[in-house]
This record gives sequence, C-alpha cells and structure tokens, in this order.
Amino acid sequence: MAEVSLSGITRRFGDTLALDDVSLTVPDGAFVVLLGPTGAGKTTALRMVSGLDRPDAGEVHIGGRPVGGLTPAQRDVAMVFQQYSLYPHLTVRENLEFPLKSPLLRTPRAEIDRKVAEVAGMLQIAHKLDNRATNLSGGEMQRVSIGRALVRRPSVYLMDEPLSSLDAKLRADLRVELKKIQADFGATLIYVTHDQVEAMTMATHVGVLDQGRLLQFGAPREVYENPVSIQAAARLGQPRINLLPADLFGDAPPRAATIGLRPEQIEQGAGADSTVVRVERLGDQTRLHLIYRDHALVTVTDPHTPLGPGDLVPIRPRQPFYFDAAGARVA
Amino acid sequence: MSGYSITEPSRGQKRLAGALVILYAVITLLPLLWIVATGFKSPSDAISYPPKLVFEPTMEGYVNLFTTRTRVTPETLAELPPPDTWYDAIVRKYDMVIAGPSRYGERFLNSVIIGFGSTFLSVFLGTIAAYAFSRFKVPLKDDLLFFILSTRMMPPIAVAIPIFLMYRELGLNDTHLGMIFLYTAVNLSLSVWLLKGFIDEIPIEYEEAALIDGYTRFQAFRKVVLPQAATGIASTAIFCLIFAWNEYAFAVLLTSGTAQTAPPFIPTIIGIGGQDWPAVAAGATLFLAPVLVFTILLRKHLLRGITFGAVRK
Repeated sequence: MAEVSLSGITRRFGDTLALDDVSLTVPDGAFVVLLGPTGAGKTTALRMVSGLDRPDAGEVHIGGRPVGGLTPAQRDVAMVFQQYSLYPHLTVRENLEFPLKSPLLRTPRAEIDRKVAEVAGMLQIAHKLDNRATNLSGGEMQRVSIGRALVRRPSVYLMDEPLSSLDAKLRADLRVELKKIQADFGATLIYVTHDQVEAMTMATHVGVLDQGRLLQFGAPREVYENPVSIQAAARLGQPRINLLPADLFGDAPPRAATIGLRPEQIEQGAGADSTVVRVERLGDQTRLHLIYRDHALVTVTDPHTPLGPGDLVPIRPRQPFYFDAAGARVA
Repeated sequence: MSGYSITEPSRGQKRLAGALVILYAVITLLPLLWIVATGFKSPSDAISYPPKLVFEPTMEGYVNLFTTRTRVTPETLAELPPPDTWYDAIVRKYDMVIAGPSRYGERFLNSVIIGFGSTFLSVFLGTIAAYAFSRFKVPLKDDLLFFILSTRMMPPIAVAIPIFLMYRELGLNDTHLGMIFLYTAVNLSLSVWLLKGFIDEIPIEYEEAALIDGYTRFQAFRKVVLPQAATGIASTAIFCLIFAWNEYAFAVLLTSGTAQTAPPFIPTIIGIGGQDWPAVAAGATLFLAPVLVFTILLRKHLLRGITFGAVRK
C-alpha cells in the first residue's frame, strides 16, 4: 500500500478545463472519496492516478515515486470502472483470474483458485463463476468488476462509482463490506461518487471537486461542519443547505452576501414567524418546507409534528455559515 | 377478435415468406446444380437438346479433368493388357490411353496458395491498420482513410498494363509472391474499412481494463481486442478469399505457367480433344469447394452478439 499525491495537476480537453491545478495527498491506508457533480473532474482525477490519462501539467507520485512516465501496469493500481468493462468473451471466473494471470503477477494456479473463491464468496457471486460475463444482471456485473480489483493487492485501489447501479440493500451491504476490506487490508483507496451517503459513511477523507477545482479536502465531518465555500457546503447534507440573503435574519458580518443554514442550524420555536408550505414525510425524516419573508427554505422536524400547511413556525439561525459574494466562507 | 400483433407475422404470412425464400434459393442454386450435374454427364449427354434431366452418371468428366490422354489405333488398343483401373477402362472406350496427369492439380494448388496467402496477408495487415486508425491519433487520418478507399473506385483491371510492366521489371510476373501481393493490395482497402468498423464497435474500456490489470498495449490487443473482433475478422477473410479465389482477369494477364491459378486454367480444358463440357464442369465444381468449406468453418464466428452487453452504455 502506498501514499498517493497529486501536485498541480491540470488537464484540458479542448476548451474545457477538466482539472485545474489540483493538489492533494492521499495518506497511506486512507479511504478518500472524491465528491462532486457530473463533469467536476472526479473521473479524470482517477485516470490521472491510474495512468490511463496524462496531465498537461503537474505530477503524480505513488509511494513517493514519480509515476509520470509509467504505464498503468507499472503503476500497480487496480481500478473499478463505472461501466463495468467486463471482458465479454470470458466467463466470470476468467474475468476474475485475468489480472492474476497477467505477465506482471503470474500467480500460481492454486493461489489463483484460492483468491477467486475468496472474492467470489465475499461478493456473493460464487454461483455465477461459470457464467459468461455478458450473462449477468447489472448488479452482478458491477460486483464482478469490483471483484476483479479485489483479487489483487495493488499499491492503490481506484473506484469509479462502483456501487451506482446496485439496489439499495446490496449497496448498503457493499458499503460496509468495502469499508471493512479497506480497513483489513490497510489499503489506500480513492473512490469517486456523487452519493454523499457513501462519502460520509466510508471516507477517512473527502475531496470536494467542482468544475475541475478541488474546493476542500478533509475529514467528512470537517467538510460538513466547516465548509470553505458555498459549493463545498452544498455537496453534503440532506436536505441541501439553505442559501439565503445574508441580512435576512438581521445583522450579518461585513462582506457577507449569503447566509447558509443546514437544518440543524435553524432553531424552531424562537425568532420570527415563517409559514409552513408543505410537510414531507420521508419515513426516516420529516421535512418542513417554509416561507420566511418571501424566501423558501427546507428544514427537518419531529416525525410526529402536528404542523400542517398554513401554520406559523417561529425560526432563527443558530451558528450559521456566512459566505461572501464569490461564495467563499467569511464566518 | 383474433390476436393481432405488429411484430409476430400470421401463419399464412410465415408460409408465404418461407415459400418465397425457397423459390429464391432454387432459382439461385439452379445454375450451380446444372454445373454439378454436367460434371457427371457424358459429353454427348452434356450437349443434348432438349437437356437431359435424367441421365446415366459417369466419372468421365473427372477422369478427363485430371488426366491427359493419347488416341491410339484399335489394333494397338487390342494388344494392350486389360485395363487395371476403372479410369483406364473409361478412357479406353474412346480409343484412348492415359498419358499422364493433367495440370489441374497444380493449378488448384496455386489457387490455394495464392488465395489463402493473400487472404491471410490482407486480414493481418488490415487488422493492425484498422486498429491503429480506430485507436490512435494518426495524422491526416481521414485523408488517409479516403485515400485507401479511393483505390477501390476504379475497376482493378484498369491498372492492368502498368502493373504488368512493373511486374515484368520486378520479376514478379507469373510468381506466387507477385499474385499474393497483387490480391492483397486490391483487398486491403476493403479489409481496412470493414475491420475499422468492427474495431470501432469494441469499447476502448476493455483495453483500459486490461492495461490496469497488468497487460501491455499489445497484450491487451491480443487478449481482449482480437477475440472480440473475431466476427469481423472472419467475415473480412471470407470476402477477401472470395475475391482472390475467383479473380480471373489479372490471373490471365500475369500468370501462364508456374503460378497460374485455376480460373484461367479451367477454360483451357475445353480445347483438349473436342468440347469437353463435363471436364470443365467437373473442374468448376471442385473449384467451388474450398470457399464453401472455409465459410462453413468460420460460420460460428459470423454470428454476432458475444461482444455486446458487458459495458454499460
């Protein structure tokens, strides 16, 4: 396992800047989740580490060694692709064996069989080993594709939205399983997703990307509780953070243009009145849609709330975030 | 109301379609059947009018195809010991004896060497060129591809005279190598274009996965791209073989002895001892076999479908 560092990575595709001077260090054994909307540069960042793509500027180090001139094979990385990329002419077993049989590893037969059986059991695909890779459901393909990475012990695992096409239960199971595997192996893992639950539950570090820039990098709780900008704040939290004019609730610090309120930063039962528009009962969460001085905001309330549309709720901010006109955090 | 569906044809429609297909097959196969039948007719049956549909089959055509014969006087024939083989017996009915084997075997072998040799070369070069055009940034890619295609825009025979002169200077006239090169050159444009289409269809993600899994670019090509391009390679090979196998004009022009292929040879049979249609038909029948066998051997690769479905679109 190894530390991975990116320094000043820039990559352009034509006129679009896919990565803009991105620097970050993934400590050895860390589980780093890169979070961001579609087109933020998450996958491009992974490809830079894997060696499938090269930066226009900047350097990648794996285990302290510059890997700029190395092929993906020489970099010793394993990757789970978003599109599965299972070899269609091979069976599930042959797909899982493929990396072990590579000229780099040349694993002995007994070892191959042991590892394939182990991974197949872990991912619950043991009964499908002799199926053709094309003859699987989407979820099974995705598990095989994860398995193809897990049969190896590379210096770093790269995963590109590996759980995106699984059903909710399997996704929850595999989240726990992946986290456990990573912890057991002490593996360094870089994981791309736009699912904040995955980010919050698995990551030791979260990197928030937007339009090719790394907005914030830190522990998930830190990114959640202490966002550096509007964009970073908006990536985490369900329901999304409410962004309102800074002076809506009275005095605001100098230069502040926007006030950011997560549900827990809205105190109910004190302050000025807001009107309930809708009560949304999601089961585990009950959301309150409010209008406060002509601005809509969403917060969370008690599941057994007696409130209904038209009722008045007094609210006031509690330790809110303030951002300046450019979106940077000021308080 | 009876069941009605847009996709499922009714029983009557299916029968009609089946009947049409069979009718079409019969019409297209009729000339082929004629050739095969003529090969087993006696020379007189072959030219009788109206044509004989029922006749007594004989191997005369095949014997004449593979042998050269000399006419002898009835007295000489009577002095000979009785024929010791069935084909000797057939020949003696016409006051002839077998003088030796004909050139058909050699010409057939030439066709095999040149046909399969040029097919292999076309497909081999076509595959690597198509891979490069499909995957790499080739300068002037579109112009090059158009240039390659443009070699197909005239009939190949239009350049017969320059090629004849070039080949004479290079000493390639009437050589196996010369014919293999020529047919490869003609087939290559088809091969590159066909195979590029097939390779374009193979998502690049498979190769990327193989690169990550510890393989080099070339190993990824061999282990991942080639198996998936099998359909394209098989169908391209069949097209190339059919052209090289059947080519007549260049073969007449550029070969006469050592490297002569079967197509220019078969018509010459007719001149040996009268109009020997059964021998010509026998030669043509045997000539059909290799392409047929080759196509049957490759037919399982012609079925599409194994390459689809493991990459999410």
